[in-house]
Amino acid sequence: MINWTIVIDMLPAFWNGLLMTLFLLVTAAISGLVLSVPLAVARTAQSRWASWPVFGFTYVIRGTPLLVQLFIIYYGLPQFGLIRDSALWPMLRDPWFCAWLAFTLNTTAYTTEIFAGAIRTTPSGEIEAARAMGLTRAQVFRDVFWPGAWRRALPQYGNEIVQLMHATALASTITIVEILRVGRDVYTNYLVIPESFGMAAVFYLGLTLALTTLFRGLERHFLRHLDPRASATARPAAEKATAHA
Amino acid sequence: MTAMLDATDIRKSFGNHEVLRGISLSAAKGDVISMIGSSGSGKSTFLRCLNFLEHPTAGQISLGGQALSCKRDRNGDQTVADPAQLRAFRARVTMVFQQFNLWAHMTARENVMLGPMRVHGLSRTEAGERADHYLARVGVAHRQDAYPGFLSGGEQQRVAIARALAMEPELMLFDEPTSALDPELVGEVLRVMRSLAEEGRTMIVVTHEMNFARDVANRVIFLDQGVIAEQGDPKDVLRKPQTERLQGFLAAQAA
Repeated sequence: MINWTIVIDMLPAFWNGLLMTLFLLVTAAISGLVLSVPLAVARTAQSRWASWPVFGFTYVIRGTPLLVQLFIIYYGLPQFGLIRDSALWPMLRDPWFCAWLAFTLNTTAYTTEIFAGAIRTTPSGEIEAARAMGLTRAQVFRDVFWPGAWRRALPQYGNEIVQLMHATALASTITIVEILRVGRDVYTNYLVIPESFGMAAVFYLGLTLALTTLFRGLERHFLRHLDPRASATARPAAEKATAHA
Repeated sequence: MTAMLDATDIRKSFGNHEVLRGISLSAAKGDVISMIGSSGSGKSTFLRCLNFLEHPTAGQISLGGQALSCKRDRNGDQTVADPAQLRAFRARVTMVFQQFNLWAHMTARENVMLGPMRVHGLSRTEAGERADHYLARVGVAHRQDAYPGFLSGGEQQRVAIARALAMEPELMLFDEPTSALDPELVGEVLRVMRSLAEEGRTMIVVTHEMNFARDVANRVIFLDQGVIAEQGDPKDVLRKPQTERLQGFLAAQAA
């Protein structure tokens, strides 16, 4: 049987853990989004000088476990005297900053590849039509190139954000009190599973539900052009009559 | 009559292959020039050189007596020295493509609005009114809120023509505008183009539609292997072709 007293007593702690998880997710997702747009453009550039360094970055990050990256940043970097003496040290000493850095690097790598894939499938005719009309390079990017790539990337990007949210559980290993860490603390105190890890799972499930709902809404908005109902035209009345006759 | 567009000795090579071997053309206001020729003759390449979607290897292009100043690009081809001059040029010389090239994430109306808003600085309301006008002009006003993916080929091409018209250009380039259409949809696009010709617009049309070339154009140019093999009044050129190549081409078209 579930001990509801523990559940109710621990709700505020889980709530705070939820806020921390959300905070980690939102900060990493936003910085990852901002960074991966220019990186995806560089990744798909003709020039190898632009594309290869980005490929190297995404290859290394995607080729190693996030937990390893987190440990290297949190435990590894302080080993270097140079870093301890640098202006960055007060930040790198902070577990929250280390988590943000690791999650940002990680989601940037995956998101860059998602966007790069969407950019590669850009119909060249759409770009030509925009240029042939006298639009500036910036206008072509903002009005045609990026909106198209963003829409093609959106479903995959939504999955990446859900995965990033699940990955924030790793922050519990470097003393950050997010959902999983609250669950572990409850387990340590009471040695009960449903009220500790079970509750953590429920919170993650709720977050996943919220995120997928959010992305379904975004897709409804941004992918209107793929929805037949959005393009259905009310025929003139006379025509309608003959169509049914 | 003064020339509006002057293209002088346009050449284009891809590697060692010279696709255009010196083509000159001048179009006066109100001219409807059709360019015909078998595939590979260079007619589309020439049209794309006119607005620098393709960089010509040599030659000069001027609009209203003003030449585009050029410099060499990485491949040794000519590119326009001043991007602002090229943008201004392109806003006055718009293009309609074989594959329509509508922007998939915008409605028909938004497709028509974008150019006037960005290039001419029109407000949304003004651009919307202009879009309504030109969508009605080409007969697709009832589809203004539909996205390109749900328009028929003929509707898409007519929206693309409205998009080019909304720039209120001095010259329109058509690159095989009916070649990607199902046969039963060709007529609706040709009717629009014919009515544009009748209202005195200046057009250069690369086409396989011999009826259009004969009935609508006031000049026809037959390209063969990168040079102009024959040109003149369509009634003369198409009825009494002088060269063997054009005779063969017309016979193949009629077959």
